Amino acid sequence: MNESPWKDRKEPAGEPTRRLTHGALERTGSDGQALRPAQPVRRRARAPELWLLAVSAVVAVLPLAVNNVNFHHVLIMFLIFASLGEAWNIITGLAGQTSFGHAAFFGIGAYAAAVAYFRHGISPWIGMAAGAVIATAVSAVVSYPVFRLKGHYFAIATLAVAEIIFQLFVSWSYVEGATGISIPVAAEGLATFQFHTSKLPYCYITLAAFVGTVLVFRRVEESRLGYYLRAIKGSEEAAMAMGINPARYKLYAMMISAFITSIFGSIYAQYILYIDPFMVFALAISMKIVLLTVLGGLGSVWGPVLGAAILIPLSEYTRILLGGTGKGIDLIVFGALIVVVACFQPQGIVGLMRSHGRRRAERGVSGDARRDATAVA
Amino acid sequence: MHEGCQNPATCPMGRVLSRRPGWGAVPECNTGNPATTGKGTKTNVPSLRGDPRRRRSPLVHVAVGAVGVVLQVLTSGLMMGFVYALVAVGLSIIWGVMDVINFAHGEFLMVSMYSAFWLYTLLRLDPLFSWPIEMAIVFALGYLTYKVIIRRVVDAPGLAALLATFGLSLVLRNLAQFLWTPNYRFLNETLVTDKRLILGPVVLGMPQIVAAIGSVVMTILVFYFVQRTRMGRAIQATSLDKDAAKLMGIDTEKVYAFTFGLGGACVGVAGALLSSFFPVHPESGALYSLLAFVIVALGGFGNIKGALQAGVIIGVAEALGGFYLGTQFKYAVVFLIYLLVMQVRPSGLFGW
Repeated sequence: MNESPWKDRKEPAGEPTRRLTHGALERTGSDGQALRPAQPVRRRARAPELWLLAVSAVVAVLPLAVNNVNFHHVLIMFLIFASLGEAWNIITGLAGQTSFGHAAFFGIGAYAAAVAYFRHGISPWIGMAAGAVIATAVSAVVSYPVFRLKGHYFAIATLAVAEIIFQLFVSWSYVEGATGISIPVAAEGLATFQFHTSKLPYCYITLAAFVGTVLVFRRVEESRLGYYLRAIKGSEEAAMAMGINPARYKLYAMMISAFITSIFGSIYAQYILYIDPFMVFALAISMKIVLLTVLGGLGSVWGPVLGAAILIPLSEYTRILLGGTGKGIDLIVFGALIVVVACFQPQGIVGLMRSHGRRRAERGVSGDARRDATAVA
Repeated sequence: MHEGCQNPATCPMGRVLSRRPGWGAVPECNTGNPATTGKGTKTNVPSLRGDPRRRRSPLVHVAVGAVGVVLQVLTSGLMMGFVYALVAVGLSIIWGVMDVINFAHGEFLMVSMYSAFWLYTLLRLDPLFSWPIEMAIVFALGYLTYKVIIRRVVDAPGLAALLATFGLSLVLRNLAQFLWTPNYRFLNETLVTDKRLILGPVVLGMPQIVAAIGSVVMTILVFYFVQRTRMGRAIQATSLDKDAAKLMGIDTEKVYAFTFGLGGACVGVAGALLSSFFPVHPESGALYSLLAFVIVALGGFGNIKGALQAGVIIGVAEALGGFYLGTQFKYAVVFLIYLLVMQVRPSGLFGW
């Protein structure tokens, strides 16, 4: 047999993909299409950063304009969950691996910050960093067995991992088990990461972390890793045939995702100042992340942000207005709205916007991707 | 020694309970099987040890006791496993046929348990006889769920169906809380309450026996329904290839709606059987749906036999793990087993 085609294919491992990030492949037009200038591609790629600037400017001004504690609370929760959605979007939106277990990383982050201060009197910032490292390590260890499974089997496996970690925390006396940790009150300040008189500092810290998260997502999305992940999402076998090692890149995506999720867990713990396993490891947290991202639009930068902007105020305000009765009316309303949205807008809000406004631009993007795929193959 | 115990020296419950004094505290312990739970601690086992004068030599005692304990734990786990299997079969059929994860499955179970509770409380209809009514109620609930909600999302891309069923589960759970408060309710005086069967060293609670037998019978019925009847074959055809089934003249809409109803009917029966020894409250289905996810994946999607066998495995694993490691770890053991088995069989034990 003639071996040469195989050799040729093996040689430039990551080469074609690198080329297409620079827009060179569009110009070569391998399928004989007209040459396209690289300029519009670059313009489109920069747009999310401008949007991010605008959104964060608005979010930065809002709490000053509306000086209402409830509003500040909703804003903080929005920023936390939008960022969690972004983190989840890396592994599910880009790499196509549906994880139902992100509460595990969230909880690890929350507990790291709380335990650091509660047990050892260490600054929660160090706890946050440690938590992020631990969560990343846990995600790496767990990923090996879990990523061998595909589709629903993978989703259930992530659920199983999160439940195991939850069960361990419930009966682990070092972290106070099921009792939970009430973080001791300390002097207000950035060093202790506790603010008692106003929620504004929390707003701005969370905003900064949110901006960082969106930038990380953009960086991943635009990088070679992002292209690999989308290739894996499209078809793992095809990606493998092109010399991509799916296990490795899925692992990277999971680690990045776990790292970010854990940081927001720490922020959440420092904001609420009380955590127990039923709160931070709850399936409800994992599901909320899934829901808002799917609602907004899977795999897009603004999906989680839009989803959180709708879902979080809805859930928080229904709780504030109706939750006091203890009869669950808030969650009935919330659940019913989710059903309605799912039934009538299954594509997510970003999908809705795309199908109306940006159909042309969208076709351009997917056309590029398709041409890239054929060119590389 | 508990009431009705024939063999105090080797009574497994005496040994179990004397070894682990603090068990009564865990809420689900009030209701599960006698060996791994603490129900007996409060009501039926006033004294934890047998009469010391009637003890045999220590060696015999230990040997007989150890075997008895293992048997007790195994049978208890087996019986719960059958019930888990029935819950999982309902989920598995829906999942296998239309590729929809029904997150409201546990809430269907809860609805069934409340139906059984109210039928008993208001009409004195024992769950032993009222199960066809619960089955019909949850069948109708499933059928309606499909017609009103799932029909719109079943072909939608991504996770829209998941979103919809999760929303539905929130609505059902909180509606139950709104209507009937989150209090735990028990059916205390049903026909099977506090009756037990003693086979040598093994003590079997009558509610658990009835639940296990009922679950096995229902699972077998569903299996033969899907294998043998016209509707069942239509379900199989639709699950294999929806478009081809349509071309063969199968009304796939009807099949989907019926499948959702059938999945509901399974939990309808399971709920009726569980209500006689499990507390009824708005969250009572949540645990079962989590276990059912694992069992369905372990058995392979849409595979009824697989779900039955996986249910038994999970039930026994839960009982053994709960007994030897402590109740707080029993679900960790279950999930760990799932992860381990999937390493060897990544598409489930009996998956295609």
